[in-house]
Amino acid sequence: MTAPFPFSAIVGQDQMKRAMILTAIDPGLGGVLVFGDRGTGKSTAVRALAALLPPITVVAGCPVNSAQVQDIPDWASVTDTALAEKPTPVVDLPLGVTEDRVTGALDIERALTQGEKAFEPGLLARANRGYLYIDEVNLLEDHIVDLLLDVAQSGINTVEREGLSIRHPARFVLVGSGNPEEGELRPQLLDRFGLSVEVRSPDNIEERVEVIRRRDAFENDHACFMTHWQAEDARLRDRILAARTALKHTATPEEILTDCARLSMALGTDGLRGELTLLRAARALAALEQAGEVTRDHLRQAAPLALSHRLRRDPLDEAGSGARVARVVAETLP
Amino acid sequence: MTAPEADRANRALAALCVDPAGLVGMVIRARPGPVRQAYDDALAALPLPLRRIHPGLDDARLFGGLNVAASLAAGRMVRDPGLSETPSALVLPMAERTPPGLTARLSQLLDAPSGHTLILLDEGADPDEAAPPALADRLAFHLDLSGLRAAEAQPRIPAPADLDHARAALGRIVLPPEAIAALTVAAARFGIDSLRAPLLALRCARALAALDRDTEITDDHLREAAELVYASRATHLPEDPTDTPEDDRPEPQEDRSGEAGESGDTAPPEDMLIEAVTACLPAGLLSAQDKTRTRHAAGGSGAGQRRKGNRRGRPLPSSPGRPDGRARIDVIATLRAAAPWQILRRKTRPDAPRLILYPSDIRLRRFEDRSDRLVIFAVDASGSAAMARMAEAKGAVEILLAEAYARRDQVAVLAFRREGADLLLPPTRSLVQAKRRLHALPGGGGTPLAAGLRAAVEIALHARRGGLSPTLALLTDGRANIALDGSPGRAAAQADAQATAALWRGLSLPALVIDTANRPGPDSATLAGWLGARHLALPRADARRIGAAIAG
Repeated sequence: MTAPFPFSAIVGQDQMKRAMILTAIDPGLGGVLVFGDRGTGKSTAVRALAALLPPITVVAGCPVNSAQVQDIPDWASVTDTALAEKPTPVVDLPLGVTEDRVTGALDIERALTQGEKAFEPGLLARANRGYLYIDEVNLLEDHIVDLLLDVAQSGINTVEREGLSIRHPARFVLVGSGNPEEGELRPQLLDRFGLSVEVRSPDNIEERVEVIRRRDAFENDHACFMTHWQAEDARLRDRILAARTALKHTATPEEILTDCARLSMALGTDGLRGELTLLRAARALAALEQAGEVTRDHLRQAAPLALSHRLRRDPLDEAGSGARVARVVAETLP
Repeated sequence: MTAPEADRANRALAALCVDPAGLVGMVIRARPGPVRQAYDDALAALPLPLRRIHPGLDDARLFGGLNVAASLAAGRMVRDPGLSETPSALVLPMAERTPPGLTARLSQLLDAPSGHTLILLDEGADPDEAAPPALADRLAFHLDLSGLRAAEAQPRIPAPADLDHARAALGRIVLPPEAIAALTVAAARFGIDSLRAPLLALRCARALAALDRDTEITDDHLREAAELVYASRATHLPEDPTDTPEDDRPEPQEDRSGEAGESGDTAPPEDMLIEAVTACLPAGLLSAQDKTRTRHAAGGSGAGQRRKGNRRGRPLPSSPGRPDGRARIDVIATLRAAAPWQILRRKTRPDAPRLILYPSDIRLRRFEDRSDRLVIFAVDASGSAAMARMAEAKGAVEILLAEAYARRDQVAVLAFRREGADLLLPPTRSLVQAKRRLHALPGGGGTPLAAGLRAAVEIALHARRGGLSPTLALLTDGRANIALDGSPGRAAAQADAQATAALWRGLSLPALVIDTANRPGPDSATLAGWLGARHLALPRADARRIGAAIAG
């Protein structure tokens, strides 16, 4: 039972699955925030995503997963410079993690045994070119959030501590999940997530029964279940790879740009990041569907994902912002 | 609580012994005593090594870490294996004190197919204190033994041979086709949102069937599994009242067992499951559920005062110093400080042990913690206030709430009217809830100012013990007319209010009195004096000024 639950076998939760697939197509989208109740498959989906993602090519011994030998940071003494394939890293950032573990710190073993000052890379190094997953992101300690905000923005981790002065690339897709009942998320961190999804337990019985049935099959008829769904996963992986290629050739008509701007203005989103993300998400969606160019339909589908968490919202507004986005989309894009 | 509870506890324990990893674990809610001890001892029957952990468990113990002594002796990195590496039964006493960090770590551990099982010993005294819901949701069984008498607490575990047989048979149990649907529907009818519940119930039914040496899950097993897993999770009773005839409740078990035994092909057993679970719902469960939902989850550190100490919080750079018994030595920093000198020191003391430490190398740990601020809103909902400017007061509180949101403060809302004070919202960060409770707040009755103040003092004391910095925002006209004992009379009421206000003042915590009277009078100013608080008359149609006042 070491293989995670297959991604395609997750019942329903289409928005969440779509958002995750979009980040796999265009990692520049800036991550996904999944908010929802307990037991709705948030963690399952993230762990399944790891198995779904296509492998990346890295320098075998490099601590930051560099793609080429010349990208290896100078502090890393890499002996094995052969190129190797490895699964896309999906790194868990547990709550209560210390700053040392996140950014990296002095290598104690080397310091003790050889009396040398060397850098031991942290979680951010391991997550480079992959995913950084934070469960219960709304409960994360503030000082860790501050660290992440900076790194997620710049894509570079800078360590100045214990006489070390280190920089290394840390470009990762931030995936956060949490339960809004347990605490709010700081607006600054909210803004760093490209897409946001709200999940809830399926409310029709058939869907719920199907969830239990598949899970039961996963646990008790493992081999058969995995054979079937891994084939599905493989098909999805091929689609993602095809979409990555198609992304470069997906055209963006001028009127779509205008639509993006109009939507964001109508919703009053802060800054321009909303429009940019909306455009990128719509383009990734078009690439996934091999549509050739972005259409209004893609915009309509991408808008709730890209915009609903960026509204300058009334913190006491009880109606979800998703509804507001849907209304404005219907008004602006007839 | 009667013997059926003990029977259920026995059954749950037996099932857990058969499939500890699949059923993930159980919550045992009871104060320490002979009853809990009996069940605690019975855990020895679990086919996993028992490990006791505590809420202050650190990562090194859980996930393994550097063994400094062994590393120094061996001259290479020696790791201690963590608890997570070998499948074991983790027993966590004082589970209600589990901090969010450990909760998240344990959740990760349980989600990974690692074969662990977790027993939470929940010693919460109040309904408010309970094991973290995120963990409890993952565990199959919730036993409340607090009502059990010592004589009834006789855990019976099947013989080891029977358990072994059941474990071997577990994989071969046949699942009737309608079982999944029946369990899922039953869960939905009880308002159990989490999909873990039906999954756990299904596994539980399997384990029970294996225990009874059946080859197939029968309706009986489904019913029992639903009882065990759903009863504590139900958030509402099924809507359809015809499914749960009142007079059937006391003995649905006998009725149904006979029926199901004769005809294995009865129609989907959903209704039966619902009856069974309804029968074992403890009284007062729904209110308890409500409370656990609003229980505040401690989050990150907030905007309160900074505290420097050597116990908890964000680590500061370690400082040189001498261990005085209170401060903790930062071993790693100490070694770091000593490491560069080893070659030099070795030259002067070639016969010394492997590591040469001088007292000047010793580094002590320091932490800095920013405590959360808690704003306690005490709202006068008496007749006089309600007549005057209740709506405006509500508006003002909403603006304050928005401020609190921006500063990531926690809020608590209490209202006083008639004879006493009601805590509408225990300390939380969920502002939507605060607003909802406030909207539903009715007005009318006398002004039991003293009772309101006393409730505020209690919350503040409790919050301060929990590491929060409380602040009071009191919205009233200051005209108390109900004394602490509930008797009317202006003089006695004012005297009580003054005495209680002195209590608050004794805490030397900040407070703000907002006069909500139609014509702001001297009463509220006097009250502010008693409290040592700032005073502010609710300005007409300019509720925003209040926001500025509390933020400042």
